[in-house]
Amino acid sequence: MTALSKNRLVRAFADLSAAGEKALVPFLTAGYPDLEATGVLLRDFELRGVRVCELGVPFSDPIADGPTIQASYTEALAAGVDVAKIFQVVRDYRGAGGRMALVAMVSYSIVFRHGVEQYLRDAREAGFDATLVPDLPLVEAAMVESQAAACGLANVMLVAPTTPAARRLEIAKHSRGFIYYISVAGITGERDGLPDATIAAVAEFRKHTNMPVCIGFGISNAETVAAVCEVADGAIVGSAIIRRIAGAKDRRLKELVSEAGEFISELLRPIAQPR
Amino acid sequence: MAKKKDSRTAGEREGYFGRFGGQFVPETLVAGLDQLAREFPAAMADKAFVTEFDRCLREIAGRPSEMYFCRRFTEQLGGAKIHLKREDMNHTGAHKINNTLGQALLTLRMGKNRVIAETGAGQHGVAAATAAAVFGLDCEVYMGTEDIRRQALNVFRMELLGARVIPVTSGQCTLKDACNEALRDWMSSVETTHYILGSVTGPHPYPIMVREFQSCIGREARRQMLQAEGRLPDVIVACVGGGSNAAGIFVPMIEEKDVKMVGVEAGGRSMNLGDHAAPLCSGAPGVLHGSLSYVLQDQDGQTAPVHSISAGLDYPGVGPEHSYWKETGRVRYTSCSDDEAMDALVALSRAEGIIPALESAHAVSEAMKLAPTMSRDQIILINLSGRGDKDCNEIAAILERRKGAPK
Repeated sequence: MTALSKNRLVRAFADLSAAGEKALVPFLTAGYPDLEATGVLLRDFELRGVRVCELGVPFSDPIADGPTIQASYTEALAAGVDVAKIFQVVRDYRGAGGRMALVAMVSYSIVFRHGVEQYLRDAREAGFDATLVPDLPLVEAAMVESQAAACGLANVMLVAPTTPAARRLEIAKHSRGFIYYISVAGITGERDGLPDATIAAVAEFRKHTNMPVCIGFGISNAETVAAVCEVADGAIVGSAIIRRIAGAKDRRLKELVSEAGEFISELLRPIAQPR
Repeated sequence: MAKKKDSRTAGEREGYFGRFGGQFVPETLVAGLDQLAREFPAAMADKAFVTEFDRCLREIAGRPSEMYFCRRFTEQLGGAKIHLKREDMNHTGAHKINNTLGQALLTLRMGKNRVIAETGAGQHGVAAATAAAVFGLDCEVYMGTEDIRRQALNVFRMELLGARVIPVTSGQCTLKDACNEALRDWMSSVETTHYILGSVTGPHPYPIMVREFQSCIGREARRQMLQAEGRLPDVIVACVGGGSNAAGIFVPMIEEKDVKMVGVEAGGRSMNLGDHAAPLCSGAPGVLHGSLSYVLQDQDGQTAPVHSISAGLDYPGVGPEHSYWKETGRVRYTSCSDDEAMDALVALSRAEGIIPALESAHAVSEAMKLAPTMSRDQIILINLSGRGDKDCNEIAAILERRKGAPK
């Protein structure tokens, strides 16, 4: 994939791997609690050492998401957040020199409505590095896969605990940037720890693919991040961050950002190398 | 299943009707859907399964449902003869029981012991709860709080039948939101739980499976019509929310080019976005709840709010095969306003002593428009998909408001 060799996401994992480091991938709902906050949070996370960040495009019917992320989507949509405004936040972040790899988590309902080619091209031009379409399984993904590759976006695909072994390898072949390994059969949301079976399954899976594997869903504290990074290349944390933002959304932006940012530093501690 | 090539989907990918359909779901659900896509055709090819399903339709649902000639209604309208396919006479009061019995049998066959369902008007929920009781399955039904308010009697019936009704408070608190919650439940329970989806919507194989379980309606109607009139109807009219009663009566006669078919969507208060639930009449292709079909969305792909007087039609999407029939022109889709549906409900009640469900009243209304334009030797067949008992509180409130309102 020469087209992707300059892709920030691909480079981020190559760098981390060369340095023997693991990735913390925080998730933010784009435009929550507002668009300005998203821009400031992105810059804060980058300063704290985050290399890869996932930005969720709010959707009216997110069936893979639990109550925390659902509520953030509903509020963002009610406040008028849309795809064009999210692209502008990303454009501004890049304009100010932002260097994190950005992954757009977006429902196929939205991608299809905009037109696959148009949406992906606009996302790339805005400054996204990857796209992750959670309701687009392998059998439907061909179009997004080829169009994403054509414009230099990595198309990240998901593996679930219910995915049979042979199908996992098939997905690994098609995924770009990294493979999103869903830790539990269910929806997003904080859990106390992850099942041992998941850790074992990821360790087994990694023997069969060279693509980086990140684990997401249910990771809510530094201990779980550390445990996940024993076997995986990274840990994705969503609801635990969004809950903190929700709790601080009525305070001043500076306080909200430091609340979320300190949590990020806490999550980074067990996996970050001394700089 | 018949070996003959299916002309409805010929040359298309599995799970597609033309360009519509598919399987747009999170990876977590794919294994469960694959299992269903294997088990459903295997079951339909298994004589023992089909025999048991037929027995259930006969002994539990009370099939075949009658076909009834509306003598007085026909005279009043002064045109085509009007026949009703009496799905309102089924056990639990609507066509929904056909599908839930089939899916409950499939649940047993897959060795699962729990079922979940979404419901709008509560008819599908009651039918799912009934099938679960018949076969001793645990049953939980997701229902929006707005629909719980509108359909209190059906909530009580589900609970009486041993099901748990789970209130849904997200979004508009109606059918679409109940579907979201049922899918979320299924994400974590797919290995032990079967999701009894209530319409010809959702990811493959649901649209095909539900259509097949409902096709007894059209097979019976065809036979009954040939017996009563010696020929097939000129027009078949059915209401379309998700579209399962319509698909059930259309499909066995879909190859009969002389039989016109009309699907009637909920026109609501007006045809402005947010005031109706008519995606085929005024929506565009999009993805919702696992399939590509006509849908009501904004420019960004966010699902639009919908409205209908009828809780069962209050849904922004529609089954993908209907989108295919719309594009090929095989079925004409139109809409009927809240007020027209109420007028039709009252008219049929007075003319024939049959109180239709608010959903089915949409089909009756279209027949009232068509009949006077047709000759007396022509025939309209209405799929009377359900009875209006469940709606009586809502109907009373609306008629009361109407009395007060200037015409």
